Amino acid sequence: MIDDLYQETILDHSKRPRNHHPMNDANRKAEGYNPLCGDKLKLYLKMDGDIVQDASFEGAGCAISTASASLMTESLKGKTREEALKLLDKFHELLTTDTPASRDLGKLVVFCGVREYPARVKCATLAWHTLKSALDNVTDPVTTE
Amino acid sequence: MEKVREDFPVLHQKIHGKPLVYLDNAATAQKPSAVMDAVRKFYEVDCANIHRGVHELSQRSTAAYEETRLKSKRFLNARSKSEIIFVRGATEGINLVASSWGRKNVKAGDEIIISALEHHSNIVPWQMLCEEKDAKLRVIPMNDRGELILEEYEKLLGPRTRMVAVGHISNALGTINPIRQMIEMAHRAGALTLIDGAQAAPHTKIDVQALDSDFYTFSGHKVFGPTGIGVLHGKKKLLEAMPPYQGGGDMIRTVTFEKTTYNELPYKFEAGTPNIAGGIGMGAALDYVTKLGLDQIAAYEHELLVYGTHALSEIPGLRIIGTAREKAAVLSFVIEGIHPHDIGTVLDRQGIAVRTGHHCAQPVMDWFHIPATTRASFAFYNTIAEIDALTAGLHKVKEVFGA
Repeated sequence: MIDDLYQETILDHSKRPRNHHPMNDANRKAEGYNPLCGDKLKLYLKMDGDIVQDASFEGAGCAISTASASLMTESLKGKTREEALKLLDKFHELLTTDTPASRDLGKLVVFCGVREYPARVKCATLAWHTLKSALDNVTDPVTTE
Repeated sequence: MEKVREDFPVLHQKIHGKPLVYLDNAATAQKPSAVMDAVRKFYEVDCANIHRGVHELSQRSTAAYEETRLKSKRFLNARSKSEIIFVRGATEGINLVASSWGRKNVKAGDEIIISALEHHSNIVPWQMLCEEKDAKLRVIPMNDRGELILEEYEKLLGPRTRMVAVGHISNALGTINPIRQMIEMAHRAGALTLIDGAQAAPHTKIDVQALDSDFYTFSGHKVFGPTGIGVLHGKKKLLEAMPPYQGGGDMIRTVTFEKTTYNELPYKFEAGTPNIAGGIGMGAALDYVTKLGLDQIAAYEHELLVYGTHALSEIPGLRIIGTAREKAAVLSFVIEGIHPHDIGTVLDRQGIAVRTGHHCAQPVMDWFHIPATTRASFAFYNTIAEIDALTAGLHKVKEVFGA
């Protein structure tokens, strides 16, 4: 059913995205681009040493990509670089494999429905691709291709 | 119309438990049984390589393939069969002209004119040519309705204009361009013209002699034929003066290591074993639409357009992008607060196939300041009931997103 994809939390975060603003004192920035739909996303991180102190994003996209960015920025705060990368791997696993969702994902499990919609996986991963390049300090825009 | 639908097996299936409503015809059209039968017959009974074979099968396959050239000539009302070049599709047709004619005739400082409505396939080959030759690409602007502004076009034309390359019908918005007039204007300025007819061939009668186009190209798969085959029409004099596009078998007359002489038209531009089955299938497709009658098709699709425009306009928050006065049956639209990808996914779950995205026309999207649209594009086998299903589907979309 369509409600399995657009779960309440996803609809909520797509309409009222959290951390949806530029960040002046960010020390990591990255841009993501999904050439399939033209969605663009800018991610800001404030790192304190190895720890993500704050995260925010800019850009407009579909409900899946907006909610994904919103929930991602929420879940990143307080995590170390390594923990953030581990979360990225688990999130990717959630979307692409049939293995039961990891408990560490918390609220992010609402994206499990995306698995049934292969055409939409890239919408959900755009923010995370961008996170990877922000953590790696890559300045060229990354694409989901 | 029910009778026509019987000819298209693919239409009779359920998607996610709902009857398929196929509204993505501008991307590719479905195939009637006659096309599948022709392709099947070729592989089952006549399969052989074409040209120069002395055996029976080769003669049969050559005859069937060349028959499509004759059908294409009639379909476009070309002067001669030798003006019909088989290509993979409109994209290759444009690339052929840009690289063969373009490399020979375009010099530094020359100008190529395209329009703001073009598909990427009628932008990029010219951009590549201009980059290589240090020539200039100029773009005819459009108005809020998505119509080209002819006064601006007139101003762009000048002594340096070598080529005007425009689409007959816009894939993203459905605008029908006044190409007859635009060709005349180009000729007055001494420029040649290439018309991208990918969206026009399935919906309007084309007469390259009446249009006086120098090059006209279309894709077989959009006109209910197989993918990977299409036609480039060019005036004989121009084609004769152009160098070959690709080298290989079939395009030569004699080959020695010192010197090769080229085959006559159209074979000069057809190197290698072509898409024989596709060509034969396209022949069956052209027969099919000719029999239905392009004037009848255009009239019926116009009814769908009028009904669909009215039905969609009644949905609060929905805005139709592209409201040209001369328009083919394409409805591109946005809905306030809901991204096209989400619209497409929810419609798909109701069995409705539409396209969402930039439709390979990013400059069109930029002009309207939108990242993407949802596009419903119609063919003669679509029905009023299917438009009602689309409207109901869009209400469901609004319900899901509480908009």
